[in-house]
Amino acid sequence: MKKRQFTLTALCLSLAGFAMSASAQKKYDPGASDTEIKIGQTMPYSGPASAYGTIGKVQAAYFKQLNEQGGVNGRKINFISLDDGYSPPKTVEMVRRLVEQEEVLLMMGTLGTPSNTAIHKYMNTKKVPHMFLATGASKWNDPKNFPWTIGFNPNYNSEGKLYGQHILATKPNAKIAVLVQNDDYGKDYFNGFKEGLGAKAASMIVATASYEVTDPTIDSQIVTLKGSGADTFFNITTPKFAAQAIRKVDEVGWKPTHYLNQVSASVGSVLKPAGLDKAVGLISMLYVKEGSDTRWDNDPTMKDFKALIKKYAPEVSPDDGNATYGYAVAQTMVQVLKQAGDNLTRENIMKQAASIKDFQVPMVLPGVLASTSSDDFALFQTIQMVKFDGKNWVDFGKPVTVK
Amino acid sequence: MSSNLPSHEKTIPWIWLVLGLLGACALPFFITNYHVFQVSMVLTYAIALVGLNILIGYSGQISLGHGAFLAIGAYTSAILMDKADMPYWITIPIAAAVCLVVGFLFGLPALRLEGHYLALATFALAVSLPQLLKFKHLEFLTGGVQGIVIMKPEAPWETLFGLKLNSDRWLYFFTLAVTVVMFMIGWNLIRGRVGRALIAIRDQPIAAASMGINTPLYKSLAFGVSAMFTGVAGALSAILVAFVAPDSFTVFLSITLMVGMVVGGVTSLPGALYGALFIQFIPNIADQISKAAPWAIYGVMLILFMYTMPTGIAGLLRLIGQKLRPTHP
Amino acid sequence: METFIHQVVAGIATGGVYASLALALVMIYQSTHHINFAQGEIAMFATYMAWTLINAGVSYWLAFTCTILLAFALGVLIQRIIIRPVENAPVLNIVVVFIGLLVILNSIAGWVFTYTIKAFPSPFPKEPPFGLHFISSHELGSIGVTLVLLLMLYGFFKFTPLGLAMRAAAQNPDSSRLVGIRVGWMLALGWGLAAAIGSVAGMMIAPVVFLEPNMMSGILLYAFAAALVGGIDSPGGAVLGGFIVGILENILGAYVIGTELKLSVALVLIIVVLTIKPAGLFGKVIVSRV
Repeated sequence: MKKRQFTLTALCLSLAGFAMSASAQKKYDPGASDTEIKIGQTMPYSGPASAYGTIGKVQAAYFKQLNEQGGVNGRKINFISLDDGYSPPKTVEMVRRLVEQEEVLLMMGTLGTPSNTAIHKYMNTKKVPHMFLATGASKWNDPKNFPWTIGFNPNYNSEGKLYGQHILATKPNAKIAVLVQNDDYGKDYFNGFKEGLGAKAASMIVATASYEVTDPTIDSQIVTLKGSGADTFFNITTPKFAAQAIRKVDEVGWKPTHYLNQVSASVGSVLKPAGLDKAVGLISMLYVKEGSDTRWDNDPTMKDFKALIKKYAPEVSPDDGNATYGYAVAQTMVQVLKQAGDNLTRENIMKQAASIKDFQVPMVLPGVLASTSSDDFALFQTIQMVKFDGKNWVDFGKPVTVK
Repeated sequence: MSSNLPSHEKTIPWIWLVLGLLGACALPFFITNYHVFQVSMVLTYAIALVGLNILIGYSGQISLGHGAFLAIGAYTSAILMDKADMPYWITIPIAAAVCLVVGFLFGLPALRLEGHYLALATFALAVSLPQLLKFKHLEFLTGGVQGIVIMKPEAPWETLFGLKLNSDRWLYFFTLAVTVVMFMIGWNLIRGRVGRALIAIRDQPIAAASMGINTPLYKSLAFGVSAMFTGVAGALSAILVAFVAPDSFTVFLSITLMVGMVVGGVTSLPGALYGALFIQFIPNIADQISKAAPWAIYGVMLILFMYTMPTGIAGLLRLIGQKLRPTHP
Repeated sequence: METFIHQVVAGIATGGVYASLALALVMIYQSTHHINFAQGEIAMFATYMAWTLINAGVSYWLAFTCTILLAFALGVLIQRIIIRPVENAPVLNIVVVFIGLLVILNSIAGWVFTYTIKAFPSPFPKEPPFGLHFISSHELGSIGVTLVLLLMLYGFFKFTPLGLAMRAAAQNPDSSRLVGIRVGWMLALGWGLAAAIGSVAGMMIAPVVFLEPNMMSGILLYAFAAALVGGIDSPGGAVLGGFIVGILENILGAYVIGTELKLSVALVLIIVVLTIKPAGLFGKVIVSRV
């Protein structure tokens, strides 16, 4: 009797002890420790895409403030963001430095389709989380072949498809003109758009014009597009050129149904310089809250955001769409880190990133929830179409599910 | 043009070269893979700068568009590896041949232009090449705006003389070998008939023509050879980075090459190496000095270099060497 | 047909943009025999100075005038402090200094003003001229300003003693010194005037392309091509060159080759022109006697 009791007790105690040690076990990969989590990033702080550098600046400010408030699960975030000048070879060099020399735990929000394409294979070979890429190219959602890469932006292809389908549904006899930036991002949107129009794409699109990022103006392209007699216009441009296009379309007296890609939908950095009155009627898509939108004036996250940049990044304008975007990404990252708890291995980070369940990122529009699963890494499944009324983007129809 | 004495007029300090090579061979085993990668990139820039030097320094022409030849070499290599499944080492001589021809063909009409006009023509080449690379009818070859992703070659052996080899180290040795070969070719060219003809054309074009030197031919040849060197550099860099895209070859790259050449030392082979080191590492250093405006620091350093070392780093070292050596009677 | 006219007029409008910067390039070339690659950045920086003044509440024309004066001072300062030490250095060294200057100005502008685009006001009315939609009042006004600048420049170089002194200083510094021309100050004056012209160009361009640190980089190449096509030592040629480049680019893009290759083709055509007429359409051909 005694012997059995003894054995049983011993068994129970050892089992309990084992369970306790397992749950109290902290697991770290390079870049994580009891006190610190190292996050790496490359951003174009110089060169043609330097306007996007605001994203990195806001994120750095966010983490700085977070550290002052205690960090995540008691660990401070060491955020190392390097300039790659939007040049893929430089991105490769900087990423190798971050992964091999700085030994970061993960990369967050690297910006640019060509830059990320250059390091796509490397990150997956090295098995380092390549997270929340600041680009909407569709190729980042491929968990089977690239399990370490997870995008953030709703992908360009889906957004383009959405506009195509919308035109088919609302204006089936439309004559469409398209202005497209001649690079990967532009192509992605255009292909999605054509997919959305389906078989009628060839007959409905009456004019296409492209431009290079190095072009000074796109005035000639707008003249060509207007001359085609189109009554619908899909504007696939980055902020500077979007502003030019909006202005020129108004100047030449052309009044098409004007679809603008989300990339340039910021009121503060695009519509205001172009002229708010010229942007009335613009149709686009939103998923992040706009700093200039008065309906968020009392929103706690927006108030925090404005206070943050006022204190830590005063040169950034709260109306800049890049700023709220960067904030949203940082918030999502923190959520993943919180979910990971003390198990800060790279594998677990990816596991947590792939199991986000209906998370409302505070800086993202209410109702647009983030969800991922192990075979679908697309964060945002629903997109809200919006129309500009001269002051704010107003919801236009119900949120649409995109795949 | 400044009256630099070409460096080949001094005797080669063989002992330094041998020691340097031995050091270069030992280097990858003492530094991290990331640094090995960086040094390999420096070597490719050095090859490109030798090419640029032949054109600008020795032949007295100008090019603001050599980034275009980097692109042609890189894409040649990438296309052959990706579409034709060729092993990487064969693509190097092919890229060299392609660029030699393209450079020569470009040089033929371009040589009618001088000074600013030639600068514009080369500038135009650099600006238009990315457009060509993105052109939709060439997309089947060039990958269009997406570029081409290449498989990074693996080392053929696990160890070499008992020391561990990996992809980075192997590619470093490969690059080093190609660099040595290219420098030797450059050296022989400059010392030989071609080099002397180029210098004659540069300094006294009318006299040279009167002496029977076929000026147009040599000028175009200079372009072709210079493009060849740069093309080899481009091909190597494509293999090292394992990715080519139109965005990798902006106008700023061409300008950076020219800047590197002047800072390193015009008409100087070692100058190519110094210039390459400058191009690779100074932007990183500038970034560490000032995160807010790193390129301003870079610009200031450029200007200071021009004030203090008008003949480039190589020129400065040469001056120091002359001061230290006792004067000959 | 209407679209064709529209394209041509749009080309003239864009060409006006190139022409104004080309004038600054001609100015600097006429007075120093160097092509200053940093000219665009100086113009951009001056435009930011104007923007700062206007944002602080200064009226447009007052800010305009102040900016021209400030730009002039900036140009003179740059020449005296940065360029003078390398005045007699080989051409390539000077080019590297220009590039250093370009990078510094661009970087500082980005640091101080950020890279987000800013709207810049136009002094011209918002309504299009005569109700037509071919060209905006601003673009028409800018072309007018460019032509006025052209006349002033032409008159200055051709008819004033100072202009003559400057041209002499650039062409033959040693002989100029012998006749009592203060070459150093001529060069500084040249830089100042070029910067002033550039600032006007910038203030005319910014309302069209929006103000940001990289605003001038695309334009510089076209301005360069325009100046060379027209003849680098001829202000009138440079302006005409600007219009030609603008129209050519638009027509090529719209009708001939499509927008994807228009830049390449435009440049190739320019080079073809240069191989036929190496000094540009209106430049003086310098014949060297052997």
